[in-house]
Amino acid sequence: MIIDENARYMESHEWARPGDGVYFIGVTDYAQSTLSDVVYVELPEIGDRIEKDEQFGVIESVKAAADIFSPLSGEVVAINERLEDEPELVNASPFEDGWLIQIKPTQLEDEWDTLLSPLEYKEVVEAEEASH
Amino acid sequence: MTEPLIYELSVPGREGVKPPQLDVPPAELPAELLRDDLPLPEVSEIDTVRHFVRLSQLNYAIDKGMYPLGSCTMKYNPKVNEVAARMPGFLGAHPLQNPETVQGALYLMYHLQEALKTITGFAGVTLQPAAGAHGELTGVLIMRKYHLDRGDTKRDIILVPDSAHGTNPATTSMSGLNVVEIPSDERGNVDIEALKTQVCDRVVGIMITNPNTLGLFEEQIEEVTQLIHGCGGLVYGDGANLNALVGVMRPADVGIDVMHFNLHKTFSTPHGGGGPGSGPVGVAEHLVEFLPGPIATLVGATDEGYPVFDLHKPEKSIGRLKAFWGHFGVLVRAYTYIRMLGDAGLRGVAEHAVLNANYLLSRVRDVYPLPYDRICKHEFVVEGKFENAPGIRALDIAKRLIDYGVHPPTNYFPLIVHEALMIEPTETESKRSLDAYAEILLKIAAEAQAEPELLHGAPHNSPVRRLDEVTAARNPVLRYEHEF
Repeated sequence: MIIDENARYMESHEWARPGDGVYFIGVTDYAQSTLSDVVYVELPEIGDRIEKDEQFGVIESVKAAADIFSPLSGEVVAINERLEDEPELVNASPFEDGWLIQIKPTQLEDEWDTLLSPLEYKEVVEAEEASH
Repeated sequence: MTEPLIYELSVPGREGVKPPQLDVPPAELPAELLRDDLPLPEVSEIDTVRHFVRLSQLNYAIDKGMYPLGSCTMKYNPKVNEVAARMPGFLGAHPLQNPETVQGALYLMYHLQEALKTITGFAGVTLQPAAGAHGELTGVLIMRKYHLDRGDTKRDIILVPDSAHGTNPATTSMSGLNVVEIPSDERGNVDIEALKTQVCDRVVGIMITNPNTLGLFEEQIEEVTQLIHGCGGLVYGDGANLNALVGVMRPADVGIDVMHFNLHKTFSTPHGGGGPGSGPVGVAEHLVEFLPGPIATLVGATDEGYPVFDLHKPEKSIGRLKAFWGHFGVLVRAYTYIRMLGDAGLRGVAEHAVLNANYLLSRVRDVYPLPYDRICKHEFVVEGKFENAPGIRALDIAKRLIDYGVHPPTNYFPLIVHEALMIEPTETESKRSLDAYAEILLKIAAEAQAEPELLHGAPHNSPVRRLDEVTAARNPVLRYEHEF
């Protein structure tokens, strides 16, 4: 299982990572492997305001539909349009080509440190795997 | 062998229907309404009959063998239900007839309402909703109206356990309210401590299924209803699993305020491809005035002493939910089922459903991992994975079951169990058929270790082999493209 050392995480298996003056948001490798083959991704629109811990999209796989929650508050400045035709990118490359949205955070200083470090997230996943 | 589409059987000029001779003056159709691009198949009568008979023979149904989707999907439909539904007085009734001329139909609706009240302990019932999710919508709109009617406008939250059916959050959104999810505890019950942190004066109510979708009785159901009532909220009972309770426990007695019943599941009427559902809603006394109308009501008696029925709409009704009188044909079948079984028979439904599920569970529990190790109600959830067969998933087991000529159980639900296999045999299965199903499950578990390719390649003997579900979901072809 891949864990990106430069990202921060939520217990609900989303990640956020700085890059190009914005923050990328996606779902983790563990999330995509649990969901199995992703068939559809529903994303917000550019310009939408999203709040930390609130739902901003849905991922549908052959097994289930899962809500996606935002690790950070901010304004959506880009969405990954490739996912419309290639939702499988979430499976193949959850931390790179399969990113979901880019945002301009509005409360980064308060919110960033509340997220899980890669090590903390690894423990969350291990605990979850042990319980199933 | 697969069956071609009826369009592929089409031959230009072939016809199966000879219209009768014209007995009215001929009239030309307006030219703008004529079209020649409708790809209607041209087939003879015998082509049509054979096509549909072949399709019916490819179909697997509960009339053919074990079908452990259970009352959650469809249990056995006794044939006497059909006899009643085909009685000419019911079959020929028109929904616009004057109530005076359909007293028999109203008698049946009234007594079905009364029977459902007796079974559940509620004070009022509407037969209007078309099916389960429609019943949920009815129930939540009633809860919303109850608060608004008291001038309490701040409530906008419905609490939904994480084991709930997906229709519960969908219903909440349809009603303009917001969902807050409540986790389950380690015994598979609603987590009471988590629930306590969410009860407040913004809560419209909770939607709870009991037994829940893990097939487990909510052991703290009364604590849940007391907590919700304590904050002024109402308790919605999802009746999807009522099959485990009929004749044993009345939902109203544990503090449930409103609940829908799936007549097409618990009360054995055909649906899905076989016909419409029906989702009546029962409510406690304080919600009766909000029920949707019309409701069949006993209004008096004739001089000869026969009862007289009419239809009425409660004063503060949320309004109509359905044209006419609900799915009347389904009501006839459900009423027949209830009357044929009687009080003791209905209790026997719940008892045998629970006994059968626990028996089947006891046969497979040492081999299939059991995430919540408890006595189950009418269904149980195991994990479709084995430590000694790491590549095998629930889907492989489900597909391999088809090779043995039986129907797979529900898989990948509830979502809180990984690789879930949810097995509900229902009350009608004999020990022999339960044993046969258990033997197949155990054999597949042995194959998973010894010959996993048998599972990965399954099904081997069906008209079509394993479908490419991923491509079908990513690139669905929703319309037959006709070549002219």
